[in-house]
Order: sequence, then C-alpha cells, then structure tokens
Amino acid sequence: MPRVALFVTCLADAIRPSVGFAALKLLQDAGCKVEVPMQQTCCGQPAFNSGDTKDAGTLARRFIELFEPYDYVVGPSGSCVGMTRAHYPEALADDPAWAERARRLGERTFELMSFLVDVMHYKPTGVRFPATATYHDSCSGLRELGVFEQPRALLGAVGGLEMKPLEGNDVCCGFGGTFCVKYPAISNAVVSEKAAAVQRSGAQVLLGGDLGCLINMAGKLHRNGSPVRVYHAAEVLAGMADAPSISEK
Amino acid sequence: MHTSVLSFRARADVALTDPTLKLAIDRTTGTAERKRAAAVAAFPQFDAARDRGKRIKDHVIEHFDHYLLEFERNAIASGAQVHWASTADEASRIVVDLCRKANAKRVTRVKSMLGEAIGLPHALDAAGIERVETDLAEHIVQLGGDRPSHIVWPSMHRTREQVSEMFKQSHRVPHREETIEAMVDSARRELRDKFLSADVSISGANFLLADTGATCTVTNEGNAELTTSPPRMHIVTAGIEKLVPSLPHAFALLRLLVRSATGADVTQYTTFHCGPKKPGDLDGPEEFHIVLVDNGRTKMLAEAGLREMLRCIRCGACMNHCVVFRQMGGHAYGGTYPGPMGAVLTPVFDGLEKTRDLPHACTLNGKCQEVCPVDIPLPTLLRGWRDRSWREGLEPAAMRFGMGIFTFVASRPRIYRLGASMAVRMLGLFGRSGWIRSMPGLGAWTAHRDFPAPEGRTFMARYASGEGQRK
Ligand code: SF4
Repeated sequence: MPRVALFVTCLADAIRPSVGFAALKLLQDAGCKVEVPMQQTCCGQPAFNSGDTKDAGTLARRFIELFEPYDYVVGPSGSCVGMTRAHYPEALADDPAWAERARRLGERTFELMSFLVDVMHYKPTGVRFPATATYHDSCSGLRELGVFEQPRALLGAVGGLEMKPLEGNDVCCGFGGTFCVKYPAISNAVVSEKAAAVQRSGAQVLLGGDLGCLINMAGKLHRNGSPVRVYHAAEVLAGMADAPSISEK
Repeated sequence: MHTSVLSFRARADVALTDPTLKLAIDRTTGTAERKRAAAVAAFPQFDAARDRGKRIKDHVIEHFDHYLLEFERNAIASGAQVHWASTADEASRIVVDLCRKANAKRVTRVKSMLGEAIGLPHALDAAGIERVETDLAEHIVQLGGDRPSHIVWPSMHRTREQVSEMFKQSHRVPHREETIEAMVDSARRELRDKFLSADVSISGANFLLADTGATCTVTNEGNAELTTSPPRMHIVTAGIEKLVPSLPHAFALLRLLVRSATGADVTQYTTFHCGPKKPGDLDGPEEFHIVLVDNGRTKMLAEAGLREMLRCIRCGACMNHCVVFRQMGGHAYGGTYPGPMGAVLTPVFDGLEKTRDLPHACTLNGKCQEVCPVDIPLPTLLRGWRDRSWREGLEPAAMRFGMGIFTFVASRPRIYRLGASMAVRMLGLFGRSGWIRSMPGLGAWTAHRDFPAPEGRTFMARYASGEGQRK
C-alpha cells in the first residue's frame, strides 16, 4: 500500500474543505495509505508568479523537506502541483542540490486525477450523480501536467452523469492567481466570456480540477444569476456532491 | 518607442469598454484561430517541423557572428551596400539620410514591424518626405493616423464598416458598393500611381539568407514587388535575428510562419531581393541598401532569460490565442509589439521601469507557448521579467511588504493555521447568505463577481478533530 501525503492546497483548506475530504476518500478508496502532514501551508506559487523568487524558494524548501518522506505527494489542483513539479526546480535554480531534490520529489508528486488513473488505475464504482455536466480544463493541469483524459475517464464511470462539450474548454478562465486582482477589469472580461460559454453548453453543472478557476467561474455565474452548479470533479467522484455546490448555498 | 502618457491600466480600461474594437478583434483572431488549427491538423509532421524550426533558429543564434559576416560579404558581392545600426535612432537616421541623398520627395513603404519599432514612419514624416504605405492594412493605419495594433494585421482594430467610411472620406474615387473587392479596388486606384512615381522604396525582411546575401519578404498583396521595382533606390531594414544559413532553412521556417499566422499553406507572394539592378535587367533599383539593426538584440543574446525570444518569426499566433490580447487588442500594450511576444520585447526596447506592467498582464496560462511555431517559453520569459523587476526593486512596496509577511507566516504552521481560521471566520461573517457581494479588501474581486463564503472550519481543523480518517 503506497504511503501518500495529501497536499491539501490553501484554497481547499480555507474555502472548500470538502474538496480535501473528497481527495482523501478517493485516495483511500484507491488503496493508498493517506496521511495529511499537519505542518503544510502554502506552496509559494503567489510569490513565484509575482517575481519574488527568493520567498518562493524559502517555501519550496519547506515543502520539499515536509513531503520528501512519502512515496507520493498528491494534491487536488493542477496549478499547485504544477508549481511544485514544474517550477520548484526553477525557483531553486541557484542552489543545484536543492533543485535536484525538487526534481526528485516532483517525479513523485501528482495532480489527484492523474494519480488516480495513471498510477493507481482506479475506477470509481457505485457512484451516481444524475445531471448534465461540462468540464473546464484548467491551464496548469492541462499544459504543465498533461491532465486531460484522466478526469474524463473517471467521470465516465459515474452513473447518470451526462457530459456536454464546452466551447473553449482549454481557454483560460481569467483567474491567473493574483492576476484577477491585479487586473480585475481584464480578468472580468475573460471570465464573462467563459461564463457565457458555460451557459451556452446547456449543462446543469460545471466541473473542473482546480479550485481557483472554479471559484472564479462560480463567482461570475452567481453574479449573473445563473443556475449552473459548480463542483470540483473530486467531489462528484467521491460521491460527495450532494452538498451545496460552490455556486449555491 | 510608443509608450503613451496613459498608464497600461488606463489604456486597457479604455479598450475594454469599446464594443466596436471587441467586434473587430473577435472577427480577426477568431478566424485566425480556426484557420491555424485546421492548417496544423492538416500538416501531419507539424511537431517535427516545429522542432526543426526551433533548431534552425537556435543554431543561427549560437553562431550569430559567423552568419552575420557571411551575409554581409555576400550582400556586398551582390552589389548591395550594407549598413549597421546599433540603436533604433541610428537605424532610422541612416534610412532618412539615404532618402535625402537620393533627393527623395516620395517614398513607398512595404509593411515592416521593424520599421515601426525604429520609428521610421515618424522620422520620414518629420523629414518632410511623403510616405506612402502600400500594404492595405498599413494604408488604413496611415489614413486613421494611428499605429498598428497587430503584427500581421496592423489595422485589425478597425471593422470593415469603419474602413469603408475612411475610404469614402479620403479616397479620390471611392468605392460605391459595400464589398471587400470594391474597397480594395478603391485603395488600388488611390495608390497605384504613387507606387510608380516614388523615388525610394523601403521594405523589411522576413529572412536574410547568409549564403547569397539575399533578403526575403513575404506579403499577401504583392505590394513588395510593385513597391521595390520602380524606384531608383531600395532600402531594406531588418533585425539581425532574421538571418538563416540558406534558402531551405528559410522555407522550413516559412512553412511554420504562414500556417501559424494565417492558416494558409503558403503566402501569396514570396519576394527575394539580391543586389541592385544589373546590366541587362529590365527593372530594379539602381541602389540597394540593407540596414542591419541590433536595437537590443545582442543584449538579448547575452541574457539567458531573453535569448530564446530571438527565435521569434513574428507570426502573431501568440496574440491571436491570448485571452488578454483578445479582450483589449494591441494598442493597450503601448509598444510596437503587442500580446505575449510584445510583453516580452517592449521592456527590452523601452526599459523595464516604464513597462513593468506588461509582464504582469498575463495569467501564465501557457496557450501562447503551445501555439508558438518555434516553441518560445513565453510564460517563463514573462515571469523572468517579473523576477527581474522584483530584484531591481521596481515592484510596489505594498506588494513586497505583503509577500514578506505572507512568507513569514507560511513558514510557521501554527501562525498560518491561526491566520487561516481567522480569515475563514471573517469571510463567513461577510458571507452569511453563502456569498460575499462586497467586503473591504476584496473589492477587486467583488467589483465583478461574488466570492463564495467558506464552508465552515478549515480542512486542517476538521481533519485534526478526526474527520475523514480511517484506521
Ligand atoms: S513569439 Fe512565437 S507565436 Fe508569438 S509571434 Fe513570435 S513566433 Fe509567433
């Protein structure tokens, strides 16, 4: 039984813990021994993307030390995992020994859905979610980690769930971490188009694999008065989507 | 070159509230995106071709001095005169001086972004030389008295309805029917005799062929031939990164360029120039000048983070696929080059201090790199500028302070946990209905969208009290 550390991510920890619990349950169901390192905080992505490479490096070293003892590190976010896998070696480029440790750990660090499919060969059984849904491919997961087929394969095993195509499914939603507050007007123009595409898809539910993007899209849909419900795909896969969605309370 | 008095943010805000502009952008970039996708899909070895293109460019960048000297030697042997310009000002001064020497009253110009970057249109106007833009889109830009907003379609910020109006106001014999053909005919009538009566022609180059000293220019209108043949003097201005070893390399890159830019298989016209008119030639210029422009390029060569940008073949795919560009168009960027590639290049030309907004105006979504035909890691280069800006102390003090505090807290789990719980409680208070419609400090978000109230306690708190744990 592989010993897996759950990398909860800041947003799931604070805003939507059910995503963390869904990830926990899925990993357990897939046959992992899951632990949650209690010392974990933030991966340092906001600092890195702001140009503050030094502080990002500080947080990267912390993360590496904390997560190194496990067989695998798994997180329910393409963007946070992309930071640790793709960008830690860059953030630590000045320090070859640490950069090497980052690379090594990166090889054992996975986005949740790609881990379930590619490593654990997991398929959900007995999960039902009768709804029509559409899927937004968040950019980091898609382009930095190649997450595309895995969520579709997993969702294909959910009873009653009918998937509808989303026009521009691979186009950025305008979130971009701190971008959305640095350039709110541009971000809003982008997410408005995304919300319109979601509404045109005719789906009742919007799914994705990255909480930042989902909160951005849910926030716009809600402001528009749209009835579309928004969940992290892990919540549906874990059979935990009977709770209120991100876009309704 | 063109940074206007308004800040980037102000220019963006103006652009974002212009529905006609948005319509124009959507039409052009939407078509470009569809056509590029089809062209790439129909080209079975696109990835291999892309890799080859990248390697050709990298090879030349590695051996710049060798190919530059080879090009110069062969160009001189073909009868061309070669000039070297290290700055934008020097480049445009050389061109204006050559025009003056030729006693030029009227010059015709073939679209060239390098010409824009060195401020040539302005320099010619200031020297009192009549400048005729022969590219249809540049003609529209000139009539409108504005600047190109895209590197492939300089007038993409204008709808055809607006263009029709402009032609009716300024052409001597304007079109009567509202068709594209009639409008093109109107421009042709307006420009044709000017083509023939110009004293000097000025063009750019897409490729400089080292082994022959020839230059290569691609157009879709054939204006390069017509512009450069009749006048007495032809001046080519080109950035030194346009070098390729020989013709097959130019074609390898051309295949990538055209598919990525317009989705066509080949440009309508691919024009080569090699030296002036020779004895027995029916036409051609008596004098042929090539101005090789550095303007920041050797600086980019020396800097690890920018070297890869020298691969750029100016296809425009990165901006056509950029969510930010597609909301506000090219003018908001304030430089000669817009979009992702412009946000990397403009700080090279205009200095980071004045342009540090540009590398931040990006969500780092990676689409630009995915479509770039020479695989330039644009997000990495943009982040590289952010890093530099941070190190040079150009980022706002509040940001630096905030990030310092955040890192301090995130390095201390107990304080972090406490902070997270407090933040969650605070958000909960403002979001009792389940949603936060406005809250102090959250204005940039809630101006446009709602923020979901947290579910309750944090994951870590709930997990610590035993939830979710299995034996
Ligand atoms: S950066 Fe790449 S995609 Fe953008 S213009 Fe240059 S070659 Fe084309």
